[in-house]
Amino acid sequence: MNCKETKFGPVSVLKVSGRIDLSNADDFKDAMTKTQTDATSGTVVDMADIDYISSAGLRSLMIVFKSSKTVNKQFAIAALQPLLIEIFTISRFHLVFPLFDTVRAAIENQVPDALPEFDAH
Amino acid sequence: MQVTFWGTRGSLPTPLDGRAVRSKLVNALVKGAGKGLDTPEKAEAFCQNELSFAESSTFGGNSSCVQIDTGGPDYLVCDLGSGARELSLAALDKHGPDKPQTYNVLVSHVHWDHIMGFPLFVPAYIPGNTIRIHSCHAKLEQAIRGQNHEPCFPVEFTSLPAKIEFITLEPEKPYEIAGATVTGMKQLHGNDSYGYRIEKDGKAVIYTTDSEHKPEDAAEMHRAADFFRDADLVIFDSMYSLAESISVKEDWGHSSNVLGVELCHMAGARQLVLFHHEPVYDDEKIEGILAETIRFEEITRPGDVPLKVVTAYDGLVIDV
Repeated sequence: MNCKETKFGPVSVLKVSGRIDLSNADDFKDAMTKTQTDATSGTVVDMADIDYISSAGLRSLMIVFKSSKTVNKQFAIAALQPLLIEIFTISRFHLVFPLFDTVRAAIENQVPDALPEFDAH
Repeated sequence: MQVTFWGTRGSLPTPLDGRAVRSKLVNALVKGAGKGLDTPEKAEAFCQNELSFAESSTFGGNSSCVQIDTGGPDYLVCDLGSGARELSLAALDKHGPDKPQTYNVLVSHVHWDHIMGFPLFVPAYIPGNTIRIHSCHAKLEQAIRGQNHEPCFPVEFTSLPAKIEFITLEPEKPYEIAGATVTGMKQLHGNDSYGYRIEKDGKAVIYTTDSEHKPEDAAEMHRAADFFRDADLVIFDSMYSLAESISVKEDWGHSSNVLGVELCHMAGARQLVLFHHEPVYDDEKIEGILAETIRFEEITRPGDVPLKVVTAYDGLVIDV
């Protein structure tokens, strides 16, 4: 799994790639926590290049999603592949997380003030 | 071994009510209209071939009780939920009241839904029968005796004519019971629960209900997978969705279909049985969860060998 963080004004986007499983779920959580700390208004996790996520990875998302509420910041997940959408649906996390088709749609919904900077990138 | 499910529902018995029966009837009559179903044989074939299981039957509503036939003369039974009454009636029907039997029971824990069948467990009322109730749970005897005691039940435990013994097992230690090797494992559940690995002639059945698994706890996940290692059948508590079990129902002591698949994949198990169904789920919901779980297994399978996934219903029989 690889993670890359990019800031767009008040929003930070964490692009992750590869597989998220029991062996790296903590690293994934730590990366999201750092992104959340860096962002002033919200975090978007771009999962377009993730082809598998285990229960441990889903729990990492849950932990950071919960903490985002505590620190009053937005949290969204974007660009799930079809197989990931199935995993989120079967595990019922599609009912828990704000999910968006694209990173842009996530930013537009969660922190629209960051959209001009994202579009200019 | 042959595994018979007498009770598969979690938390409390959940009988099918008249409204649900009527709904199934109406659906079947509409689907069968114009098909010439004018004999029982034609109607049976229609139910079998053109209706889903949820449309033509029910997963049932008795609480946990699973019989494991090890090939010997003595019974081996996991838990004494309300399904134990059905088991006992079938045993009475098979043997009659005059032929003493020995019943070996493995109790996962003493929450009510897992012992509530004992007060009406017919073999306890037949002189000459022997009932050996085993568990790793320290309060087994107290709970069973307390259940057959006023004001909860009019028949006192001390007046039951069968010979009833309590045997405390140590976790992680193998025991020979009813011709099989039985090993217990402590599980995460309020007031503790225990899973059992039952081995006979190179086959292994895992009975693991009322057990929460923390997906972030790698050591615990690997410990559970080692307990399930290469099992032929894993009877698994899948009461909640994964999202429920690690959010609003975290620490409620139950697991999910998703974790059942993950752990069976890790363990190299061959067949997963979804068990301890959520009482609020109707037949269509349970059938839908099975279809989703089969799909989840397919899209997350780590190798080429499929894990067979089925869901338990009262009356299901699986040969292992």
